[in-house]
Amino acid sequence: MKNSGTFTIKANGDREIVVTRVFDAPRRLVFDAYTKPELIKQWLIGPDGWSMPICETDLRPGGKYRYVWRNDTDGSEMGMGGIYREVAPPERIVATELFDEAWYPGEAVDTIVLTEQGGKTTLTQTILYDSRETRDAVLKSPMQTGMAASYDRLEKFLPSLGREALSA
Amino acid sequence: MDNLDATFAALADSTRRAILARLAKGEASVTDLAEPFAMSQPAISKHLKVLERAGLISRGRDAQRRPRRLEARPLRDASQWLENYRQFWETQFRRLDALLHDMQTRELNTKKKKTRTSIKEVRNEKQRNVHH
Repeated sequence: MKNSGTFTIKANGDREIVVTRVFDAPRRLVFDAYTKPELIKQWLIGPDGWSMPICETDLRPGGKYRYVWRNDTDGSEMGMGGIYREVAPPERIVATELFDEAWYPGEAVDTIVLTEQGGKTTLTQTILYDSRETRDAVLKSPMQTGMAASYDRLEKFLPSLGREALSA
Repeated sequence: MDNLDATFAALADSTRRAILARLAKGEASVTDLAEPFAMSQPAISKHLKVLERAGLISRGRDAQRRPRRLEARPLRDASQWLENYRQFWETQFRRLDALLHDMQTRELNTKKKKTRTSIKEVRNEKQRNVHH
């Protein structure tokens, strides 16, 4: 898809991971897709073979949200949730984020900013961890459990470099 | 995967990435590597040390030139891992692309047809006619 190329992941400073992506839709729709359970359940369902049996959002400052994913093959579940700190439709959401079986200490704070131009929306998602060690642990963790990083569009640089090196 | 930290730290610098890109074309001496950069040889040597510690480069046999060459394995590990990660999120985002497309189509369908300004609207109109 044409917007795939707009996807970037970066480690920012010591404690942050920043994800950006462009979507072909006005930001009020992207905001809804990120906040309404019936919509979240249609896209944020994990790798193939997973589903999202629980998705609840109490969308107001101080309100809670909770997500649970299930592996349809072995029945294993993974849950996470947190509290909304800021809710400013259709441009900004700030929420804490904690996995039930967190493999890292402390809560993370997730900031989602949506900007719209010419009918397209740019998502900038910043996840702030409590320490550099935590952020780096997340960077190394397996896929299903969290987010990670590339440095400076490394994702573009590395695969081609790897190929060149192999064929050399 | 233990060395991923060192790999990413080593790659977080544009000079070091440029050095690796150069070495991807073949081995080179420190002098060769220093040439394209406005940098002293000791400064380049420092970068080479970081890359070497991360296992990204090694030294060739020629004792005089001590050419550096690229080691592919740590790069493969790192790129494979990033590729996994990328694929995971790209899968989610593509689903979101599809959902947003549906949401917009639905919105257009519920709107009363005022003017047929967009091609999408015309297409939706056609779809509706097919269903009737």
